[in-house]
Formats: sequence, C-alpha cells, structure tokens
Amino acid sequence: MSILEAIFQPGWVDTALKVGIIVVKILVLIAVVMFHVAYATYFERKVIGRMQVRMGPMEVGPHGLLQPIADMLKLFFKEDIIPEKADKPIFYIAPIISLASAMSALAVIPFYKDFMVANINIGLLFVLAMSSLASYGIVLSGWASNSKYAFLGGLRSSAQVISYEIALGLSLVGVMMMSGSLNLNEIVKAQAAYPTGFYAIPQILGFFVFVVAAIAETNRAPFDLPEAESELVAGYFVEYSGMRFALFYAAEYIGMILMGCIASACYLGGWTVPWYLIKILPFLKYVPGIVWFVGKVYFIVFCYYWIRATLPRYRYDQLMSIGWKLLIPLALLNILITGILKVIF
Amino acid sequence: MNMPDLQPLMPEIVFLGLALFVLLAELFIKSKETIGLMVIVSVAATAYMIPQSFGVTFSGMFISDGYSSFFKFIFLLNLILTILISIQYIQIERAEFGEYYTVLMFSTLGMMIMASAGDLIVLYLGLELMALSTYILAGFIRHDARSTESALKYFLLGAFSSAILLYGIMLLYGLTGTTDIMKLSSLLMKNGMRLQSIFAIVMVMVAFGFKIALVPFHMWAPDVYEGAPTSITAFMSVGPKAAGFAVIGRVFLTGLEGFSADWRLLLVVLSIATMAVGNIIAIQQHNLKRMLAYSSIAHAGYAVLGVIAGNTEGLSATMNYLLIYAFMNIGAFSVLVLLRNEQERIETLEQIKGLARNHPFASALMLIFMFSLTGIPPTAGFVGKFFLFRALVYSGYTWLAVVAVVFSAISAYFYLRVVMYMYMYEPEEGVTQDISTAAPLGLALLITSLMVIAIGIYPEPFVNFARLVVG
Amino acid sequence: MVEAFFIYFALMVVFCSVMVVSRKNPVHSVLWMLVMFFHVAGLYLMLNAEFLAATQIIVYAGAILVLFLFVIMLLNLKEEIATEHSVGGWPGGLALAVSFLLFALLAFTGFTVKASGKWSIQEVSRLTHTKALGKVLYTEYLFPFEVASVILLVAIVGAVVLAKKKLKS
Repeated sequence: MSILEAIFQPGWVDTALKVGIIVVKILVLIAVVMFHVAYATYFERKVIGRMQVRMGPMEVGPHGLLQPIADMLKLFFKEDIIPEKADKPIFYIAPIISLASAMSALAVIPFYKDFMVANINIGLLFVLAMSSLASYGIVLSGWASNSKYAFLGGLRSSAQVISYEIALGLSLVGVMMMSGSLNLNEIVKAQAAYPTGFYAIPQILGFFVFVVAAIAETNRAPFDLPEAESELVAGYFVEYSGMRFALFYAAEYIGMILMGCIASACYLGGWTVPWYLIKILPFLKYVPGIVWFVGKVYFIVFCYYWIRATLPRYRYDQLMSIGWKLLIPLALLNILITGILKVIF
Repeated sequence: MNMPDLQPLMPEIVFLGLALFVLLAELFIKSKETIGLMVIVSVAATAYMIPQSFGVTFSGMFISDGYSSFFKFIFLLNLILTILISIQYIQIERAEFGEYYTVLMFSTLGMMIMASAGDLIVLYLGLELMALSTYILAGFIRHDARSTESALKYFLLGAFSSAILLYGIMLLYGLTGTTDIMKLSSLLMKNGMRLQSIFAIVMVMVAFGFKIALVPFHMWAPDVYEGAPTSITAFMSVGPKAAGFAVIGRVFLTGLEGFSADWRLLLVVLSIATMAVGNIIAIQQHNLKRMLAYSSIAHAGYAVLGVIAGNTEGLSATMNYLLIYAFMNIGAFSVLVLLRNEQERIETLEQIKGLARNHPFASALMLIFMFSLTGIPPTAGFVGKFFLFRALVYSGYTWLAVVAVVFSAISAYFYLRVVMYMYMYEPEEGVTQDISTAAPLGLALLITSLMVIAIGIYPEPFVNFARLVVG
Repeated sequence: MVEAFFIYFALMVVFCSVMVVSRKNPVHSVLWMLVMFFHVAGLYLMLNAEFLAATQIIVYAGAILVLFLFVIMLLNLKEEIATEHSVGGWPGGLALAVSFLLFALLAFTGFTVKASGKWSIQEVSRLTHTKALGKVLYTEYLFPFEVASVILLVAIVGAVVLAKKKLKS
C-alpha cells in the first residue's frame, strides 16, 4: 500500500476533520495563553508595585492597561542583534526550544472536563519530559551567546533546573499513587471522588515540595539566580534582543502558568469544586468548571508575585542544598507515607 | 500475590544487607581494622549460608547449585584476602575511604549473582554490578594519575564490551524468544539458523573474552593492572576473571551446548593466542605489576583449556585452577604490597635486586609464588596445570596440551628471572627496601603460601571437591 | 500510514546518528543526539510503549544529555581535538562497521516471532502501558529489577568517592 493510498483511504474526511479540530484547539490555546502571558507581565508589575506602595504602569491606556501591547510592539520593532562570535544556529534555536517545550506541555492540561488538546495516558510524564527540555533552551543560549555572563547564567540555571526537576517529579509521584493514573484528566476525576475533594490536604508534604520546586524550576524569585541582575546582568539571555528576547520572556511566563495549571490539576482539584462546598453553597455548581480551573491558576500565579515581592534571593549553595538535602528527602518521605497509607487503607 | 522462594537467594540477600550495614557503619567507625573485620565476618556469615541455599528461584533466573557455590567460595576467599592485604596498603596510598570496603563487597555480590545467573538479563546485571564497582576501585587513588588513567581505560573498554554482550544477548533473544540460559540450546537448534546463531555466539564470546582478558581482547589489562592500586589489581586479576569463567561455563556448556563444536574451535584459537601473547610479552616487562598482568592473561589462556575439554573433568580442572590461581596470584601481589613503603613503590625488577639480602623471608615467599605460577612441583600451580592438561589429553586435545606445556616452559623464563634478581644481585644504591609490618598482610601471606604448598603436596581433597560439585 | 511513520522515525534515527558522529563541534553533536532521542521515543510510541517513550526523553534527553552538555561546556571544547589515530584510519573502521552491519542484518533474518503470551498488545493498551510494565517489573522481573537498584547505589557511592571526598594529606 503506498503512502498516498494509506492517507486517502475511504473515511479520510473523518481523519481530516479530527486533525482540523485539534489544529483549531491548538490555535485557540495559543491565543489564550499568549494573551495571558502579556497580561501576566502587566499584573506582575501592578501587584509588585502595590506591594511596594507604588502605582505600577499607569501611562498607556487607563491604569496602564495597554502597557503589554505597547511593550510587545516595542520588542517587535527592535533590532535583532546577534553577537559576532555567537554560534548562530544554536543562538537562533535556543529561545525556540524554550518556548516550544513550555507550550507543548500545555497540550495535556485538562482545562475543563475532557477538554484538552491531547488526552494521553502519560500526561504527567509528558509534562515532566517537556519541562526537562526547557533546560536546553537555557544552557544553549548561555553557551551560544559566547559571553561570560550568559554562560555562567546558563550553567547555573541548568544545574538548578536538573536538581529541582527530581524533587518536582518525586513530589508528583504521591499524586500518581493516590489517583492510580498518569492521565491528568483522570487525576482530576479521582480528586473529585476523594473525600476532601482535592489532594493538597493529604498530600500536603508533596504539595509543599511541588510549589518550592516549581518556583526553582521556572527560575523565579527567590530562586532566580540564573538571572541575578546584581551579579550576572540578566543571566543566560543577556545577549538577546528584540523578538528573541521576547520569546524567552514568554517562555518563562508560560512556565509559570504551566506550573499553576499542574498545581491546579494535581493538587487543587482542577475544574471541580469539593462536594461539601456545593452542599453548603448550592449555587456554586452553576459556575462553569473552566472558571474554577482558571481561578486556581490565577491564585498560584499571584502567589508567585507575592513570594517575589516578599523574599530576598538565595545564595547558590543554599539553593542547591535546599534542593538536594531538604526537598528530595521530603519528597521521598512523602512517597513512603503515601505508600504506607495506600497499603493500610 | 505469591512470594517468590527466597531460600536460594539467602546468601546474596544477607551479603547485600551486611554490605549496606558496613556502608552506614563506616560513617561512625573510624578504625579501618574494625571495618575490615566486619567485612570478614559478613563473608563468613555468607559462606555459612551458601551450602544451605541450593535451589532454583524466580522461575529459573537464579540458580544456586554446587557449581555456583564453588565459584562463590572463590569470590569470598578473594574478598577476604584482598581485605587483608588492603588495610594498611590503602593508608600508605592515602586512599583510606571506608567506601573501599563496601564497593569491594558490592563487586563480590555482582560476581555471586553472575555465578548463579540462569537468565541472560540477570547475568548482564550481575556483570555490570561487578564491573562498575571494579572501575571505581581501580581509580581509588585519586591523586595518582596512573590510577585514574587505569580506571578510565577499564571503564571505556568495559562499557564497550558490555555493549557487545548486550548485542549478543539481543541476537540470542531474537533467535529464540527467550533469555533463559537453560532453554537457549534447544530453541536455537529448533530455529535452525546456524550461521546467525554463530554470529550471536561470537558476540557473547567477545564480551566474555574482554572480561577474562583473552587475546585479542586483552589490551586493557596491562595498563589497568599497572595503574590500579596493587591490592585492587590482586582483587580483579582473580575475582572478575573467575566470575567470567563461571558464566562461560554456564552459558557455553549448558546454554549453547548444541554449538559446542563451533565455540570450541573459537576457544582453541583464542587460548593459543592468549598463551602465546601473555607469555611472550611478559618476557619484555620490567615492571612487576605489568609482568603479572601479562602472566594473568596467560593464565586465563590455560584456564580456558578446561572449558575446551568440555566435560566434568575439564570443568572441574578449570575451577580448581582458578582456586589455586587465587592463592598464588594474590600471594604474589601481597609480596608487592609488602614492599610498598611510605617512600616509594617497589615495582620494577631493578628495585628488587638483592632483596634476599635484606628480607630473606619476603623473598622466599615470592620464590614460592613464582614457582607456583610457573607450575613447578611441589607447588599448587603444578597441580592445577597437571589436571588441566590431563583433562585436555583425555578429551582428545593432546596437541593442545603440548602447546600449553611449551608456553608454560617459556613462562619459566620471566617468573624465574624475578627469583634471579632477588637472589643473585647486590641491592642497588638508594633503593629503600623497607617492608610493611601490618599483621593482616602477614596473615594473608601466611594463608596463601600455606595453601599453595598444601595443595601442591596433597591435592586430593580439592580436586575431589571440585569434581563432586560439578558432577 | 503507520509504516510511513515508522520509516520516518527509523530513517531519522540513522540520519541523526550519522550527524552525531560527523559533527566537528561537540555541542552540535549533542543537539543531533537530542533529536535522535526524540525519534527513538517515537519508535517506542509505535510499539505502544508510551511509558518508555516518556522516560526515554526524561532520562536521556532531560538528564544524561544535559550532563554531557555540561562537561563539554566546562571543558570549553569548541572544536574536536584532532589526535593521531593509534589504530588504523577511517577506511579500516568503515570496513569493520560495514561487515558488522552485514552480519547483523544476516542475523536479523533468523529472528523468530514468539507468541506474545499474557501480554498481548490489546491487553497492554487496555491496562495502559505504565501499569503493564509495572506489573511485569514487580513480579516476573523483580530480581533483575532489584539488582539494577544495587547497581545504581554503587554508581552513587562511586561518584561521591571519586569526585567529592576530600583527600587527607
């Protein structure tokens, strides 16, 4: 059977339709996420501004609401500068790897009941796989820029990301054990059936490890050593400008949103509300699930800002010892406890 | 859920548990003698479990029988002797990390698993456990470039040979659909793909050849043996080699017996090449460790002869030879360890000139071991070779036995040269021939030298034991 | 359709492997290797082994290869260091590789298909691959699995001893 025949079998219209639906889903997702990224930067500046008793951006549009659009336009029209001694192909690829790995992980997130781009059995592993790729974008950009600052930032960051990925993965094992599935959709459904309605309560240890590891994994304050302004100027992307810089920026914010989505789906019950809340306030069941999901994500992202405004940056060796000597043992302990509880009950 | 039968696995489980215990105890106990003693006690406990462990478990993946037990005794003996010669030596080399003992135990555990492997996957994993530990041990003197170099060379070639082994296992699996060693032969025969099967067998043989350093897969041995800490050289010239023979015996004589004509031909070629290269190049060596490395290559060539003979007689002769080789080779290395003092490493022929003047006792011991390695009666080396060659003649390879005897005669030149340098020369100026006075090392020398002579004079019980175990 | 995907993955694996060994710049080699790992993961997916595919990427691409990259960068190898070949040149190596390939292809012709037994493809996809693999690993292959864990322990101990311990001198 030739390849052409294989594709144009009877019923290929069906296949084309399926593919078309997926493409539409992807496009919608990208548009929504990019919009969120733009306004995440705006709200970050606003929230931190308020916390420091400032106003934040006020100039462009009412209350500075059009600021992200202005920023985008500015970055779009800036000159794309490439260092002369840079390794050009890798310099070009690095931000794309960062963005693509963050974006593709979103494909398996269940935003609403059974609504996800790809409903696969190993959703959670897929997310971990994609987030493990994010370190490539960082380390390669640091290396390809041929600059000391970028290089140091890249090395720091990849060491950090690899270390915390272990804690991140291990903290999620507890959730996998409780739900008996790697499919995020199933995990959310298992939570809805669980007495507390979400896993953050029995998995409090895992949730703690997850949140800390997620902050380090996305290179955010107080673990933002790779881009420590005072030491490394801007870290791995110091040589990037214009659109390429924007890609890194977007990747970082998508990473944050992604971690929010995983926290929401794995620990906070995703699109569901605990049954006892509905019992107390019956009108809550008319609120669409997507609102709950997005609300939980917003809450996590807000916590990111809050932590950034509150805590000073860690030293690098402190960061490493927290990861290896505190978080990983805690995550292992969590697995042990979960396993024991699972055997008993 | 049904629990697998753990009885056959008990020695390994106990040994692993004790190894983990030693790993933790080493954090709190600073005295290395205590740690060494703990290891020896663990070995004794394990050895005690072995005779009670006979059986097959994990649906044929793990086989504990007389054959594997004999090899396990060799490994445990090797471990004890290595511990005894190490305690002071690694302090002199300033590498006295407690992990040394644990890693030695893990390596031995790997060998034990290899000897009992009834499945190619288990065999491979046991081999990796043994090899990985040995790579670490070879590089244990971190501040010495030669030690690091030897570890790296060993690691690279070892990894390469592991890949070849996996390739061979993959082919065997593809041809038969099983990794069970016991079922291989009949399934290969049923499949009837002769040429393909032989290709797979060659792959497996190349990988095992690497492990026991058969020519032409011996290139790593001299550099690794020379660079590694002497105690580790003693350890890995006996243990991994014996483990290699254990799996060769198991895989070729039972798993691939249907192809015995083919692999026998290959082994004959390899063993002649091994004896030739090992013995002839050893003549060139002035560094004793390097000389012993080539000698160890040559001895692997002799030991293969028993596998070629292929019957109970031959296999038991090989096993006996490996046991005897453990005593005489570790003995020879112990003398080298004895000669290592704070100031210098005494490793070359020039440095041992006139040793008999300063240390008649150490020289006499070296003399015994050199005689034994050559195969001069009444030492154990003679007994080992005698039974090997006899088995070979009985199974119709008289010409091969003659070749082996000729190479044995050649080997006399470089073994006896050591004796000549010790006894017939004046000591060189400026060479301090201080010797170590550690009691454990003395014990090791006592055991090895006594055993070499005892087996040489009264071999009966040992030979019968090996025969009993195989038969 | 399935065949087309298989041909694509297989050819890409071969192509990327060739690129890995032929690049002068080690970082480029590593990147080609990364691409290759993805295609190997694709092959696993075609075998219904989605768990293996994910671990392939997490472990090989996400951890091991990044460490590779680390070492290369710390050594600052921009170009391969050209050394004299001690044994033969590329013609010998190529001849060896080609003959090996031919033998391997020959050996593949003898492969037999065994009955899948309990773990048929339908059964695996019903249980999901992760569960099926877990069941097999913790029952039938428990012993090799435990041995593998000891190997990892030794690797950790070895890494600590060789890289971290302070010398007393």
